[in-house]
Amino acid sequence: MEPVLVVDGIEKSFGGLKVTDKVSFSMFPGDLTAIIGPNGAGKTTLFNILTGHLAPDAGSIRFEGKEIAGARTQDIVTMGMGRAFQITSIFPEETVLDNVRVACLSKLREATVFIRPISAHKRATDRAYQILESLGLEKFSDRRAFELSHGDQKLLDIGIALALEPKLLLLDEPTSGMSPEERLLTRELIKKLWSLFNLTLLFIEHDMDMVFGIALKVLVLQQGALLVEGTPEEIRSNPEVITAYLGEEL
Amino acid sequence: MESNKRGWTTQWAGIAVLALFALLPLVKTSDYQLTVANNVLLWAVFAMSFNMLFGVTGMLSFGQALYFGFGAYSVGLFAYYQGTWWFLPALFLGMAGSGILALLIGPLVLRLTGVYFTMLTLAFAQLGWGIVVKWYDFTNGDDGIQGIMPPAALSNKVVYYYFCLVLVSVSVWFLWRISRSPFGLMLRCIRQNPSRVRFLGRRVKRNQLRIYVISAVFTALAGGLMAGVDNSVHTGMWYWTTSGEVILMSILGGMGQFFGPFVGAAIMILIEDMVGARTEFWSMVIGIVMLTMVILLPKGVVGELVQLKERLFKRSSALGV
Repeated sequence: MEPVLVVDGIEKSFGGLKVTDKVSFSMFPGDLTAIIGPNGAGKTTLFNILTGHLAPDAGSIRFEGKEIAGARTQDIVTMGMGRAFQITSIFPEETVLDNVRVACLSKLREATVFIRPISAHKRATDRAYQILESLGLEKFSDRRAFELSHGDQKLLDIGIALALEPKLLLLDEPTSGMSPEERLLTRELIKKLWSLFNLTLLFIEHDMDMVFGIALKVLVLQQGALLVEGTPEEIRSNPEVITAYLGEEL
Repeated sequence: MESNKRGWTTQWAGIAVLALFALLPLVKTSDYQLTVANNVLLWAVFAMSFNMLFGVTGMLSFGQALYFGFGAYSVGLFAYYQGTWWFLPALFLGMAGSGILALLIGPLVLRLTGVYFTMLTLAFAQLGWGIVVKWYDFTNGDDGIQGIMPPAALSNKVVYYYFCLVLVSVSVWFLWRISRSPFGLMLRCIRQNPSRVRFLGRRVKRNQLRIYVISAVFTALAGGLMAGVDNSVHTGMWYWTTSGEVILMSILGGMGQFFGPFVGAAIMILIEDMVGARTEFWSMVIGIVMLTMVILLPKGVVGELVQLKERLFKRSSALGV
């Protein structure tokens, strides 16, 4: 099977500080991989590099066989990389439906059509409702996005990314700021979305129940470098990881 | 199915208002009153096309006078040098020229965002004003151009009024369709969260340039038609105060509402007209009105009315009425 993503020795420094240090890994279709690591380990920076928000100083990133290191965000996204954000990134004044629909329109290349009203774009509208249903947000479709609870806004953020039908979906701490109940629901939901939409998923997470509950593979970052990579069982018993987390029981 | 209800209300309100303007000449209006009404219509188009940048896309241009003046002077200069026959072709040449000018200046001003974008648009507009003032041999400088007559078929005041009303209605309809289209949604998304728009795979600056050009074209239309209302053009049309006026109109009427700038234009013109007839300090009245609005009713006239309606509606539905 061809890998979706091959990251090979990427590096990034801010001033003298090395925030990404020779990181290499691959993602295959259907992978469900978690990235863990202490604060400041360079997890979000890695996402920023993958999505073209930052250009790496060295190394290569091959996405679907094409080199994308240093490419522009909008081009990488158009190639099929989706991303949801740690700090919720939605369109607060638009309706919940339109938040997802704008992404559906974008995917169908109808996002800059003018004169024809949005509601006449049936395919995008149906697709948007379908995604809202899979997230359990369809009952809020007419509400403005800022009226949603924090947890639902995070789901909406994921919904926007899902609407682009990504070949690889990056989720940056999907449960951050959620209540324990919301976390549990979100964990189940992400697992469900993964199988429902045949996703290839790479997510950053601090909640270990979520990481060891659903991930098939785990990458551990520490001080910008990839410490280990393996199945949840291997990671749990790895002495290096245990030390990195200061003896915390995983 | 979805929230089309508000859209319909706005649409019918718009049609009703334009129909009202169509009835004006029938109820025995003086030439002067008709001129005031025409002023409202043309400034409304100017303000609404400005608000497509400001209220919708979040681009505060302080240089829309450039395209207003360009449209007006296209008509003025052609009529002056080539004769009245050129009035209409010049109107459309002015719109096309304005679009091309915006296509050239747009990529330069769009390199910057926020207040730097605003200052740069101001700089380009003032540059245009400077050229028109200094190039006396061609533009008549500060003297302006007088005696611009629409072609014979449109020379009657009422006929010209209806001619303007038709073009204004088409413009308003076109801008309305844009704001209800996927492109309009994209523009609102750019205002609220441009970095997420890039994560939809869309280009922020390219879409900003599109609306910048569209706005310039309709601004030039308003300017060109204005030349026929006053039968003259003057350098003030290029001046920064002209750019400032549409900003005030948008805020006064409500920049978050499609017809906000229309209402703002009507209020400003009526204040200018009614208070200006009694005292030369009419701009002070506008100042006081603006101050009151910004402090007490920051959403503008239309915005506050919509909110009031929503609040009343919500309360009555909560009571089960």
